[in-house]
Amino acid sequence: MEWLQKHMPKMVLAPSFMAILLFVYGFIAWTAYISFTRSRLLPKYEIEGIIQYERLAQSPRWDVAMTNLAIFGILFIVISMVLGLLLAILLDQKIRTEGALRTIYLYPMALSFIVTGTAWKWILNPGLGIELVIQGMGWESFEFNWLTDPNMAIYTVVIAGVWQASGFVMALFLAGLRSVDQEIIRAAMVEGVSTPRIYRSIIIPSMAPIFMSAFIVLSHLAIKSFDLVIALTGGGPGYATDLPATYMYTMAFSRGDLGQAASSATVMMMVVMAIIVPYLYSELRSRHDG
Amino acid sequence: MMDNLVKDGSLRQVALRAGLYAVLIIFALYYLMPLFVMIVTSLKSLDDIRTGSLIGLPRELVFDAWGKAWSGACTGVKCEGLQPYFWNSVLIAVPAVMISTVLGAMNGYVISQWRFKGSDFIFALLLFGCFIPFQVILLPMAIVLGKMKIAGSIGGLIFVHVVYGLGFTTLFFRNYYITIPVELVKAAKVDGAGFFRIFWSIFMPLSAPIVVVTVIWQFTQIWNDFLFGVSFSQAGTQPITVALNNIVNSTTGVKEYNVDMAAAIIAALPTLFVYVVAGKYFIRGLTAGSVKG
Repeated sequence: MEWLQKHMPKMVLAPSFMAILLFVYGFIAWTAYISFTRSRLLPKYEIEGIIQYERLAQSPRWDVAMTNLAIFGILFIVISMVLGLLLAILLDQKIRTEGALRTIYLYPMALSFIVTGTAWKWILNPGLGIELVIQGMGWESFEFNWLTDPNMAIYTVVIAGVWQASGFVMALFLAGLRSVDQEIIRAAMVEGVSTPRIYRSIIIPSMAPIFMSAFIVLSHLAIKSFDLVIALTGGGPGYATDLPATYMYTMAFSRGDLGQAASSATVMMMVVMAIIVPYLYSELRSRHDG
Repeated sequence: MMDNLVKDGSLRQVALRAGLYAVLIIFALYYLMPLFVMIVTSLKSLDDIRTGSLIGLPRELVFDAWGKAWSGACTGVKCEGLQPYFWNSVLIAVPAVMISTVLGAMNGYVISQWRFKGSDFIFALLLFGCFIPFQVILLPMAIVLGKMKIAGSIGGLIFVHVVYGLGFTTLFFRNYYITIPVELVKAAKVDGAGFFRIFWSIFMPLSAPIVVVTVIWQFTQIWNDFLFGVSFSQAGTQPITVALNNIVNSTTGVKEYNVDMAAAIIAALPTLFVYVVAGKYFIRGLTAGSVKG
């Protein structure tokens, strides 16, 4: 009984610990291992070196997926941050209807990316969608067919992604703006410093951690983006809007090419690690020091 | 442009305020536009859709699309609408949310109040697990679910959602319980209370807010999940997001945009409802899930 009491905390934590060890770390190791084999439809366990990574490097489709990730990732993160910060600053001006506006700006975050993709697919529909609305306003020659244009389709993913996530960035920044020391701001006001300057030189610099969080969340969303592409473009036209996540899924479940699926998943993991590990490391360290 | 700090009623100030409100309202319209388009499209007839405008109001209200989306639309071969898949999602989400919340509460309680050598390390392992791209576990999980004989079943999906939800639920409870002074536990121990007794009579009564945050977070995540749903389900056990995608991309017959939109709204209603009635907790979960520490 005494022994049981003493070890109870460990026993409570044990199942979760085991689960995480196996289903997260064990699985990552398995996938990384398979990425060095010639596995096709079924896993093979003989190590064959970096052949799968060479195949990735030579695959035009993977090239498109990585280029798309760069285009989508950068635009999605930058636009969402700029829009989010702008909305947060505007909402911070003692707006009477702030609560209602905040609710409106943030609701897309409650939706599934599949719902968002379905809605935007209809809005951007060449022929019946926004194109027709603008034509109806008198601009007869207006054309908007990004959804079916292989060179532009990836930007429709940006449009829908920003719509979904920018309100959330706004909420993060608004919380950040509110947590800035009011005394300093009041002192600056007494000194006659202009409001834009107060934002530029005092408030925004002190929000560095919030920028970091927003960046982490958005980059994470960008790398994981799968549902949105599936619902909006299905990866098409052709494979013009493939992202690493859709490439991996296609290799795993439609092509039966486990080696390619595993190696592309491993690359995704590396990209995430390159962003997350320094962040988590500094977070956990600062907690120990504080 | 942003003079909340200067209080003078000059004409310039009034104009600035008006401009500010105008900009805020334009953005509000931008965020509302897709929802508006979805609703009006779902209430139009196909004829109306083809000849009218995307943002125009319906010439006459037609509710047929809603009935069809709920019980008649085709997801591939079957034409029984979203209804069975809606209930699949409920059957997956409810137990998965409950189990992962209870486990997260226990884990957070241990990691914050009953620390032992290595408990911080386990927390770091759990935390890192929140960030992995799930593609990296998709293949082995498919094999293991097969070995466990729960591949393609509702039970399998519950299992997957519980395992990969643990990181966040633990994080939520740990960050909440860490604000409760350890002296409280110490005093209770002196009085002879044990591990579960202390949890039950001290921590449980304090936990209502964080339970709400965690439940909302988990419910939204699981309800909106598509990747696990499409990878680990089979005909008959698919969650609503997968069914919605199948309806929209079904190539048989005429394209019924009104049915697509009604189906999308039906799929979105539960999480939208949660957001509207408990938005405060929803936002708290979002920010807690992103601002760690």
